[in-house]
Amino acid sequence: MTMDLKDIEKHIKEALPDANVEIQDLAGDGNHYSATVTSSQFKDKSKIEQHKMVYNSLKGKMGNELHALAIKTKEQ
Amino acid sequence: MDQEIKDLINKEITESEVCLFMKGTPDAPQCGFSMAVGNILKILEVKFKGINVLDDQSLREGIKAFSEWPTIPQLYIKKEFIGGCDIIKEMYENGELKKILAEKKIQHKN
Repeated sequence: MTMDLKDIEKHIKEALPDANVEIQDLAGDGNHYSATVTSSQFKDKSKIEQHKMVYNSLKGKMGNELHALAIKTKEQ
Repeated sequence: MDQEIKDLINKEITESEVCLFMKGTPDAPQCGFSMAVGNILKILEVKFKGINVLDDQSLREGIKAFSEWPTIPQLYIKKEFIGGCDIIKEMYENGELKKILAEKKIQHKN
């Protein structure tokens, strides 16, 4: 099961429209990505809440179609 | 989510101050992310219980629902969910993890 880089970006941007999203395909296999997400919506949220916002934007794909997505969140 | 699994998770996080729900065991991790968090705890000389979710499919799914977190590993300290691999790595690098360990009075290397 794999997922396209552009799809990941699209899902995150739908949920967090102001976000700056940088995604890297770590292994080149469409299965291990890292995403750095910068958004003003992370303000006053804990790291766990911030990461949950990113996971939620992927609507259950995390852990299924998408095996590994390392997340880094930053406040804008 | 199954009450039996919920009770089991509650029992684990109550009985051990530091619990790592992981793939594999601390000595033989079966996933790089689980290994990374296990290694951080070892470097900090934190005594922890590793719980292998691969031994029990219902626990593997149950812990995700319990924490509302889609991935493994998951670190609990004194019944509080601290984070998954990315968060623990970041907290280790910026010193926040040590701060939490100190706040929660968990013995660790300084």
